Amino acid sequence: MTALTLRRKLAILSDAAKYDASCASSGSEKRNSAGTGGIGSTEGSGICHSYAPDGRCISLLKILLTNFCVYDCIYCVNRSSSNVARARFSVEEVVRLTLDFYKRNYIEGLFLSSGIIRSPDYTMEELVQVARSLREDYHFAGYIHLKIIPNAAPELLAEAGRWADRLSTNIEMPTDIGLQVLAPEKKPSEIRTAMARVRGKLDEAEPDKKARAKPPKFAPAGQSTQMIVGADAADDGAILNRAAGLYSGYRLRRVYYSAFSPIPDASSRLPLRPPPLMREHRLYQADWLIRFYGFDVPEIIAGGQDGLLDLNIDPKLAWALKSRARFPVDVNRADREMLLRVPGLGTRSIDRILSTRRHHRLRLDDVARIAGSIDKVRPFIEAADWNPGGLTDDHRLRARLTPEPEQLSLF
Amino acid sequence: MHVVRLQSPNDFAEWRGHARQLLAVDLSPDEVEWRMQDDASGLLDSVEPPVVRQVDRPVGFVPRQFLDLAEQAICHSDPARFAVLYRLLWDLQRDRQLLANAASGDTGSLTKWVSAVHRDSHKMKAFVRFKSIADDSGLERYAAWFEPEHYTLEATAPFFARRFDGMIWAIVTPYRSAYWDGESLAFGPGGQRSDVPLDDAVEADWKTYFSSIFNPARLKVSMMKSEMPVKYWRNLPEAELIAPLIRGARQMEAEMIERTATQPPSRHLRQQARTPEAAEDSAEIASLAEARVAVQDCRRCPLHQNATQAVFGEGPEHAEVMFVGEQPGDQEDLAGKPFVGPAGKVLDAAVAKVGIDRSRVYVTNAVKHFKFEPRGKRRIHQRPDGGEVQACKFWLKLEIGFVKPKVIVALGATAAYSLLGKAATISKLRGSPITLDDGTLLFVTNHPSYLLRIPDADVKAREQAKFEADLTLVRDAIAGMYARR
Repeated sequence: MTALTLRRKLAILSDAAKYDASCASSGSEKRNSAGTGGIGSTEGSGICHSYAPDGRCISLLKILLTNFCVYDCIYCVNRSSSNVARARFSVEEVVRLTLDFYKRNYIEGLFLSSGIIRSPDYTMEELVQVARSLREDYHFAGYIHLKIIPNAAPELLAEAGRWADRLSTNIEMPTDIGLQVLAPEKKPSEIRTAMARVRGKLDEAEPDKKARAKPPKFAPAGQSTQMIVGADAADDGAILNRAAGLYSGYRLRRVYYSAFSPIPDASSRLPLRPPPLMREHRLYQADWLIRFYGFDVPEIIAGGQDGLLDLNIDPKLAWALKSRARFPVDVNRADREMLLRVPGLGTRSIDRILSTRRHHRLRLDDVARIAGSIDKVRPFIEAADWNPGGLTDDHRLRARLTPEPEQLSLF
Repeated sequence: MHVVRLQSPNDFAEWRGHARQLLAVDLSPDEVEWRMQDDASGLLDSVEPPVVRQVDRPVGFVPRQFLDLAEQAICHSDPARFAVLYRLLWDLQRDRQLLANAASGDTGSLTKWVSAVHRDSHKMKAFVRFKSIADDSGLERYAAWFEPEHYTLEATAPFFARRFDGMIWAIVTPYRSAYWDGESLAFGPGGQRSDVPLDDAVEADWKTYFSSIFNPARLKVSMMKSEMPVKYWRNLPEAELIAPLIRGARQMEAEMIERTATQPPSRHLRQQARTPEAAEDSAEIASLAEARVAVQDCRRCPLHQNATQAVFGEGPEHAEVMFVGEQPGDQEDLAGKPFVGPAGKVLDAAVAKVGIDRSRVYVTNAVKHFKFEPRGKRRIHQRPDGGEVQACKFWLKLEIGFVKPKVIVALGATAAYSLLGKAATISKLRGSPITLDDGTLLFVTNHPSYLLRIPDADVKAREQAKFEADLTLVRDAIAGMYARR
């Protein structure tokens, strides 16, 4: 067998990595290479250096160290029974590619994942070596996201967090049953234990106000995870319940939802149809409501039907339409918690409403200027010169606020 | 009409110097025309300008916020910016609240310009593409050609200096160039695209990456264009791939869907043969150590689905005393060990106080998985129900069977329920031991977390004393057993 060129390996191992949704490079510490002779910086908010035609940003060099894998997870293009082309990078090759790309300002850093080869410890050790080499040998100060291999030794995990900005362990499936069916070799408790260990390390790294010495850094951009949506029968309620449990248990920064997308050489046990992108979008909106708007999962699910979110309207509007007794909300008097429940008002608009109303009573025009658009807001608020009257309870309200149905594509 | 000719399109200090002079002589914005050095002369230039002297005293009032915004807005390419900034400065002398009215006229332009400049600078950070320059010196040098929409190079170059400290680089734009030699940042005249190499050795790798990371099943062209506007494409090497990728997407997706699974590779079959079948039959559990492993696969009740892991008991294999709590809490769930949280600390302290040797105690819980309700960033403990306690009895029985304690202490009602098989009130059961069928002595007392939840200090002290009294009985019972031996 002839050896693969680096470019061929890159093609195989980035193709294999494209199903991982996360590409974020934000939320880490501020850091740069000034005075170090190295390269790299992170300034808090990440930079998207390019965009693929799928509309997703390219911020990091997202690759697998290898797509050989001993596991046979049915949803995964890299499962051992699949016939995709296989390749394996050496540690040095990944380091070289990262530096070469970074120096040309193509990327913000590296997102490194891997198929599992030999053992979890062996695989994790290789990932850690890439990060260690970038940081120690090349003074690389750019962003590094490492995937945690569940069941790898806690010492490796500790070292990963020392070099990486972010760590992630994919939960993969919304339910343990789903995982058992589609990824028989993966154990849910091992995945969650890995997350718990990362959380423990993150807690330890939290500076204690009383103590003078700063604890050693650990993954300053925290941890995240990914869940595949639409590969099994789990409904949105199960998905959001899982997410809420993960946020509260492991202090995740983000849960990424990845609409299951058909993969080459797929098992016939999978739904081979275009990925449910709208469902994915609604889940992200719902996730946002849980994290920043004080909604709990049963409320969000109550806005939809049979455990599924409404695909035609956003989850906040869906909830409001089914909770009309709580509206209209007086923008000049209501507290923040209630304003957060008004469709069309975001956290920043609400901050501006709260600061403006200290000076004068808000009129509908003021709200329109602040919110940017008033159509969705109008039926749910009262202002100095506005009362929605019967509009709030109008049975045609939903139809008015729902976008015109689109002719489906005939392809 | 007074004409001001500026040397630089975006030098705030230069503009400010002129503006101060104009303000000092009280020249209204209507009487001033702002031009760049090389702008064509106008008819009005012939009008004699008023005499303006250098001023070295404060000439007016301006809020700090104006300076910050104006410094950014002057980088905008709108030719009206100098005049509008001067008019704002002029109007601010009469209306100090002018900037608060964000929606109106000049203030609106100011805000709009600032955000356009900010965006342009951000896009420069993202879309500059360095190309390496090969020469014989062995030094790595890089150059980029970039066409900003506004005059944003000077303000953005320090970002590149911080980021590419160990690199020698230049960014050439049509109006100015920035150079970093590894130590300091310098600016020179603008240039042309041809000043920068056309090709770069790594570019082909980058294009390989760009086309491989794209998922044809998720095509979303409008999204891409809104974030990566087409005007930048001509200087992005990967942009030439976009059209063919879009054209081929639907076919690639169809092929992915059609290409169903083929025969797995022989490597897979070898691997499968190596994987041993997991032993799940609980009848085969022959030791405490085996039980500890097997409990991780427990699916006897639904609690395993949300808990991190099963938390098995801990302590000497043949402890004389076994403490049985309710279920692991948040910290126990994360750590995988029983009684490591706040309640565990209360228990440890009380045990030490009454004189029980903690190292000879086995601690465990009636239910091995944490039951909780997620609320924001916290997990709120929920009491396990009867079915869950019943299901988990299997593991507690195994533990008791292997450890064979002489004394068992049930901490709280859930533990008592599990061990007695019926609901019971702690106040009725505490104070004297119950002899179980196999002769083991069962003591019942409160769960230590109960003590943590009492707000009233007096009540708390009283309950603490009762708890310790219960433990004292336990201590005496163990001592009595020794005496009899």
